[in-house]
Amino acid sequence: MEDKYTLKRKTQYGILSIAGVGILLLILGYFIESPNRQELWANVLINNLYFLFIALFGGVFLALHKIAYAGWYTALKRIPEALTKFLPISAVLMFLIYFGMHDLYHWSHEGLHDPILEGKAAYLNVPFFFARMAFYFLGWIGLTYLLRKNTLDQDLNPDLKYHKRGKILAALFMVFFAITSSTMSWDWIMSIDAHWFSTLFGWFIFIGMFVCGIATIILLIAFLKAQGYLEYINKEHIHDMGKYLFAFSIFWMYLWFSQYLLIWYSHIPEETAYFAPRLKDHTVLFFTVLIINFLFPFLALMTRDSKRNLKWLSFVAIIVLIGHWLNIYMLVIPGTIGNEAQIGLVEIGFAALYLGGFLYVVLASLTKTPLLVKNDPLLKESFHYET
Amino acid sequence: MRRYISAYFENEENLLRAAKDLKEKQVSIQDVLTPFPIHGLDSILGFKRSNIPTVGFISGAIGCILAFGFQAWAFIVDYPLFIGGKPHFAIPSFIPITFELTVLFASFGMVFAFLIRSKLGPGANNPIHDERITDDRFMIIIDLDEGGNQDEMVKEILAKEEAQEIKVKEIEK
Repeated sequence: MEDKYTLKRKTQYGILSIAGVGILLLILGYFIESPNRQELWANVLINNLYFLFIALFGGVFLALHKIAYAGWYTALKRIPEALTKFLPISAVLMFLIYFGMHDLYHWSHEGLHDPILEGKAAYLNVPFFFARMAFYFLGWIGLTYLLRKNTLDQDLNPDLKYHKRGKILAALFMVFFAITSSTMSWDWIMSIDAHWFSTLFGWFIFIGMFVCGIATIILLIAFLKAQGYLEYINKEHIHDMGKYLFAFSIFWMYLWFSQYLLIWYSHIPEETAYFAPRLKDHTVLFFTVLIINFLFPFLALMTRDSKRNLKWLSFVAIIVLIGHWLNIYMLVIPGTIGNEAQIGLVEIGFAALYLGGFLYVVLASLTKTPLLVKNDPLLKESFHYET
Repeated sequence: MRRYISAYFENEENLLRAAKDLKEKQVSIQDVLTPFPIHGLDSILGFKRSNIPTVGFISGAIGCILAFGFQAWAFIVDYPLFIGGKPHFAIPSFIPITFELTVLFASFGMVFAFLIRSKLGPGANNPIHDERITDDRFMIIIDLDEGGNQDEMVKEILAKEEAQEIKVKEIEK
């Protein structure tokens, strides 16, 4: 049994070619579609958020199971840990938004004479925006670093104190994340449509993040198993990941609809202003997002066998990941570019470039540590897991 | 009158071994009652997977169609009212009720299917083999009328695995 993952030449070339195709498409798209500054920055923001969410979910996954006293996930702990390694890069990419503030966030303009935005100016102003951003990343990177370091220390030392310390760290992360995941989504996504607000927006974004993260972990498990690693991850673990994907796809729709229904019912212009352009200018995409993020996984993962079949589950995970990218696209685009937005070479190019970089960081960090944790008191439970 | 042997064990390991032995000797095990779920017991007893999820899906689908259909019929055909300036066929307002009735039908369908299939519910006559089967005992119940004369063999296996209180009972059925 090899305990460390080695990044094969072939995989490296694969990742490199994804990123290469991305760059090629970007150059082509730049000359063919001649995107304006707004479109470029909107794409940077979409992909920043998308991959940040997946990376951040690594921390959520670890903390959630740690404080719930779950044992089954212990054997696959290294995968979410590797995901969190992308967070520092996400931080750098998010701070790049400083140069695109003017193109992305209407409220950042000088001299607006807009009474609503003047009322919100105490929260929505550029210095505070970046101070909050720094605060979020400091907390996320710091706490996920400590969580990861704790399990690495545990590998070397069978002392139970690491298990206890891990629980405290996980609880701290959860509290910090619970607050910052909401405020983060207000800052970076909801403030694009600065006049509009929704109180459950933060949860909606969080559940989207949850689905993306689970789908990514499923795909990484499938990838590593295909390479001959993780033989101790059996059908029962796969089944649980499938349940997560199934359940949170439903919950995502639940929150989406809870938000939509109230706005539809009350029919107040300042609220419907959010859905009107999405429904009118992006009708196809609007319903596509709902179908592939809810209806498809709902029907495709309903039976027990489909959740236990890793190949089928991976296929569903890929579709859902595309669906959630489109979801973030739909959140960002109508407020920035508007009705002339189209998914073209630039969009695909950006996404491919980010994907290549993300995969490289995650897989490279998987090679650094053994794929199986040691000395975790719940590790044995994970091997004998049965639903 | 049917004859049953009931025996209880102090722990689940003995029960698992006894159940395995009995199954190998083609003894028909009527039921096994335990205070907590035991891993591996289902596969030893050779239980088939339950069809309850299928029942749930079908009854849920019926509930979904019924709820949506009824609302559509009531608001469009039978008693069209203008409510809040919305169209008669206002899909979003039908969704919560459709959702609730889907869940209700699915759960009721499954509960009643389970009750009927397990012969439970009002008027059901299920013999009690031992007063303590719902307490803290690992109990195994064997139907003696199936598979000829096996009394001695069954008792031997049970005794080998340290079963306590091996009782033969005749119960009216």
